[in-house]
Amino acid sequence: MNHLSAETFDQNAREALLDPQLRGALRNLASVFGERRKVAVTTVPDWEGLRERARVIKDETLAHLDQYLETFADNAAQAGAQIHWARDAAEACGIVSELLRERNATRVVKSKSMATEEIHLNEALEAAGLFPVETDLGEWIIQLAHETPSHIVVPAIHKSKRQIAELFAEKLGIELSDDVAVLTSAARRILRQRFAEAEVGISGVNFGVAETGTILILENEGNVRLTTSLPKVHIAVMGIEKIIPRLIDLDVFLKLLPRSGTGQRLTAYQSLITGTKRRSDEEGPEEVHIILMDNGRSRMLAHPITRQSLACIRCGACLNACPVYQQVGGHAYGSVYPGPIGAVITPQLIGLSKTAQLPYASSLCGACREVCPVKIDIPELLLHLRAEVVEGAASGTVEPVTRKPLERLIFRSYAFAWSRPRLYEWGGRVMRVLQRPAMRDGRIGKVGGFLSALVPPLGAWTAWRDARPLAHRSFREQWRDQQKDH
Amino acid sequence: MRVSLFITCLVDQLWPSIGTGTVEVLRRAGCEVVFDERQTCCGQPAYNTGYRTEARVLAKRFIEVFEDTSPDAVVSPSGSCTAMVHHFHQLFPDEEDWRRRAETLADRTHELGAFLVNVLGIDDVGASFRGRITWHDACHALRDLNVYDEPRRLISNVRNAEFVELANADSCCGFGGTFSVKYPEISVAILDNKIEAIEKAGVRAVVSGDASCLMQIGGRLTRRESKVRALHLAELLAAREP
Repeated sequence: MNHLSAETFDQNAREALLDPQLRGALRNLASVFGERRKVAVTTVPDWEGLRERARVIKDETLAHLDQYLETFADNAAQAGAQIHWARDAAEACGIVSELLRERNATRVVKSKSMATEEIHLNEALEAAGLFPVETDLGEWIIQLAHETPSHIVVPAIHKSKRQIAELFAEKLGIELSDDVAVLTSAARRILRQRFAEAEVGISGVNFGVAETGTILILENEGNVRLTTSLPKVHIAVMGIEKIIPRLIDLDVFLKLLPRSGTGQRLTAYQSLITGTKRRSDEEGPEEVHIILMDNGRSRMLAHPITRQSLACIRCGACLNACPVYQQVGGHAYGSVYPGPIGAVITPQLIGLSKTAQLPYASSLCGACREVCPVKIDIPELLLHLRAEVVEGAASGTVEPVTRKPLERLIFRSYAFAWSRPRLYEWGGRVMRVLQRPAMRDGRIGKVGGFLSALVPPLGAWTAWRDARPLAHRSFREQWRDQQKDH
Repeated sequence: MRVSLFITCLVDQLWPSIGTGTVEVLRRAGCEVVFDERQTCCGQPAYNTGYRTEARVLAKRFIEVFEDTSPDAVVSPSGSCTAMVHHFHQLFPDEEDWRRRAETLADRTHELGAFLVNVLGIDDVGASFRGRITWHDACHALRDLNVYDEPRRLISNVRNAEFVELANADSCCGFGGTFSVKYPEISVAILDNKIEAIEKAGVRAVVSGDASCLMQIGGRLTRRESKVRALHLAELLAAREP
């Protein structure tokens, strides 16, 4: 259930559906996080107004991102941070490993960060012989298990307590225990040691404040605070869309993010970091490096519809609300960012050729849009990407898995015939005759073999659901009859 | 009020009793009902699958047909197809004239329940139906058109019927158009949560405002030999069970 490819979303999903342990773990997701969120949004007045304001701030920032980035970089540098610009994943990873190499640093701790997942930083560092230790409990668990996160906020949501107990017993040599306190204290004991000896701490960033050059990181375990303050060197990897203009804007985002993500009014820790340790500070890093990473983001910025993808604050609410994610979990998406926002971001980051299934992995129910704290119209983005798949396949720019000659033929014929009412009506009559052999008790049950091969959608539908046959007389025929009677 | 029916292709071909029910209810509400036989489909299947060229052909045709009828309102027994008409303008980013025409048409196109309650101000159409019923919120009516209270008010006024809220009434049934056949296993896994809630509700019928959701839910109910019926709002409101 690991390192799956987005190209095989359908297969991945089918396998996930057959995994009772996974589905049990996911069952809690909607009920726990979904319900907590519902309650949490009522603890602040005018939730809708907050969402509106957040989006306005994000739109304003994105419209002048170049300027805000420069202001941020200047102010952060003023406070003692060193700014690095990375065009893509390779550059970002290269900067980190170079910083480590120059300092001969081998003991590296790391806090949870989607940006570093996105660029596969750990793999890149491992290739250079460095093994950073993840210090977020969930992230550490999946690092021990050699897996990837299956959720943006709760990376090990797919694992049961039992599986974690077995993993700890195997990897840490502790006694098998179902007691959460025993498991967490074992983790704490080992991780504290790693913190104490660490030379460099690597983190992500939730918000970068342009007017002060401050970075803000939210968390609940205290591991971010340790990662960013104990080691002498702190490296923060940050997507360029994380900028907000003013410190006061945090008032809006700090109300929205914890409530949307985990249903908390506020996370246990909020670390605001402005440059390096000052003379008056008792602790803190002597070097702070902020890597501002593009990696496909300016491409998203360029188009008025896709631009809103960059408003995402990575809260994970859309994952929890998504009926598809609730069934198949995060790994099935075969991408760093799963769920509805993943289905939107991943194709834009790595191209549609390898991810063409993802925009279709949605019933377009709109639950994601309803919970999104920054009002991203995810269904609109999914439809936009679907159109790109279809048009890209036609023009040859999206290759090769997306070529669906049969589907294309069906939609072309449909548009042709259904623009002509007579053809549409005769088509219906012909279907009425053709369906007869498949009908039983006024419904079409499971169609197998030949018919299923001839009309694959009918096979797919009727494998689990009866199909409603075409009526003896269509509505328009009945309408005509009635008009004649008058 | 002169109302032009946008009956939808699904209702026309597969479930005409929803159409006759709609006519019945609208007439009872005092409307003059017209049906333009040139109509076929709004193009939503193409639009939602990414075939914008094809969707544009059908959308333009749709706009021409319904402009020509020039009714006071266009009414449809489908939240999803109504929402598609409201999305038409997105198909014409570079065609100012068509975009404007699409927006004008969208302004007077309504889903049946919302039309009765919000436009006509009627929440009792004199229906009667025996037994316990529950309501499933179709996603596009709920989230694209903001229809929530309207059907509940209409259902609560159906004589002899006992209305119970469905657990997670607002969660998707898993249909999703071509999603239902592209990813049938996921579609049905989502559906089975809905079915479980319906069976727990102990009802005679589950009512909704979209034939598509009802085919998804109903098709699974009959496959599982359930006694619960999938019933459209228009059928319920047209019912006059003694």
